[in-house]
Amino acid sequence: MNKADHIIVVKDLYKYFGDIKAVDGVSLNVERGKVVVVIGPSGSGKSTLLRCINHLEIPSSGEVWIDGEQITHDAKQINEIRAEIGMVFQLFNLFPHLTVMENITLAQKIIRGRSQAEAAQVALEQLKRVGIPEKADAYPTNLSGGQQQRVAIARALAMKPKIMLFDEPTSALDPEMIKEVLDVMLDLAQEGMTMVCVSHEMGFVRSAADEVVFMDFGKIVEQTTPEGLFNNPQHERTKLFLSQILAH
Amino acid sequence: MAEQPQAIKPVIEIDDLSSKKRFRDLPFWFFALILIAIFVFIVISSNEDYNNAFMFIKAGLIITIKTTLIAFSIATLFGLLAGLGRISKNVIINNLARLYVELIRGIPILVLIFFIALVGVPVLVGGMNNLGFWLTERGLGFLGGIFTKITNQNISMNSRAIISLAVTYGAYLAEIFRAGIQSISKGQMEAARSLGMSYSQAMRYVILPQAVRNVLPALGNDFVAMVKDSSLVSVLAVRDITQVARLYAGSTFRFREAYVTLSVMYLTMTVVLSLLVQLLERRLRSHE
Repeated sequence: MNKADHIIVVKDLYKYFGDIKAVDGVSLNVERGKVVVVIGPSGSGKSTLLRCINHLEIPSSGEVWIDGEQITHDAKQINEIRAEIGMVFQLFNLFPHLTVMENITLAQKIIRGRSQAEAAQVALEQLKRVGIPEKADAYPTNLSGGQQQRVAIARALAMKPKIMLFDEPTSALDPEMIKEVLDVMLDLAQEGMTMVCVSHEMGFVRSAADEVVFMDFGKIVEQTTPEGLFNNPQHERTKLFLSQILAH
Repeated sequence: MAEQPQAIKPVIEIDDLSSKKRFRDLPFWFFALILIAIFVFIVISSNEDYNNAFMFIKAGLIITIKTTLIAFSIATLFGLLAGLGRISKNVIINNLARLYVELIRGIPILVLIFFIALVGVPVLVGGMNNLGFWLTERGLGFLGGIFTKITNQNISMNSRAIISLAVTYGAYLAEIFRAGIQSISKGQMEAARSLGMSYSQAMRYVILPQAVRNVLPALGNDFVAMVKDSSLVSVLAVRDITQVARLYAGSTFRFREAYVTLSVMYLTMTVVLSLLVQLLERRLRSHE
């Protein structure tokens, strides 16, 4: 077995959309409790890689192992593994017909088999953690973008996942709301949650990331620490990308 | 300050325009409709010939309402299943649903009613009889007995009319449900699946509640359409208001009284129902 405790193992992953190679031979290991941030230009396959980890996209070939178990084609097994992996989306994807409380309790009840009281208690705990327990009875449309994203995080955390995936969680937010979401993510990182984030928030990379993965054209170009990325990028492509996003 | 007069001018024009527009947007057609209905109701209650016609035709009202309600309930179920089938990734289910929808939509409703009632049902009965014999031969007589005893006479024309309308409308409603489900953003399904829900759990708890709410007005409109199309079951001699009106006209030669009364009865039902649908639509929109 591995010396390091790898909770996510991605081996030779390929994902094609027709002729387009979205992910072109990626291998990636994530240690338990570490925070990995994936950066790269749009269309570089970082979101697709993230979505392959919980099989929202079925890989064209390659292996994904979660906590020592390989994801197969068995639908039931995929559902069980997904329940252990929380995911936060760019556009929040809260259920608009349900209140905040119902959003957070729904999956707890039908997947985890918790009672209404139990699920509501967990939901309230998570809402307190993200700082908006007073919004429990509100509908998502009445919340700001930042609040919606925090509810989405609470909804994922209520399942008590082993891993959290963040797919550009702040790119649809107004600038003044980005911080409130990043603060929650930072807390989570400090508590030791294993996180894989697709994000271009360099402040978050600096303060929370253990590892940074730079992707381009579906391949991992460079995998390094935040210090290595900012102070000593190895590849021309990485330097160019950094100079572009750090220019302003 | 100097600009003020110029600023006021367009305001007056806009106000003027809007009052004209408001007048133009008044539902005159609706007032006319109400007037016609009131006029005919007065005639029915005061004129003996019209009163006789109404009293006679009224007897079919229960059949018309019952046929429409039952057929629409079954059609909703068929439509939902076929709509889910239309978006299924399973090749067999998908193509079966598509075949059903295209087959039904390619044939006039009147022809379908004849076909299902006079060809489809007897073929089905024959099939069930054969199944019954087959079961009996294999020593399952208690089960087989149920199927062999079914005869064409057991299935009344009223039931056949309901089956025909349900099968026909199921295909139309399938497309409404399909569109409703597809109108829900893909992110909803992904969020549900990412929490560990299966496809059917995600459908049941997340997608369908939103989709059904979106298609309620469209379903309402089809219900109104079915009230009208239920008149077609008169070709099976089902005694709905259309059939009863035909009988009345045929026996008394009072065609005008019969058909004026019949038309106003349909009109009353459809206008009231359409208003309810519009009300529902407005309420749903205000809750968004």
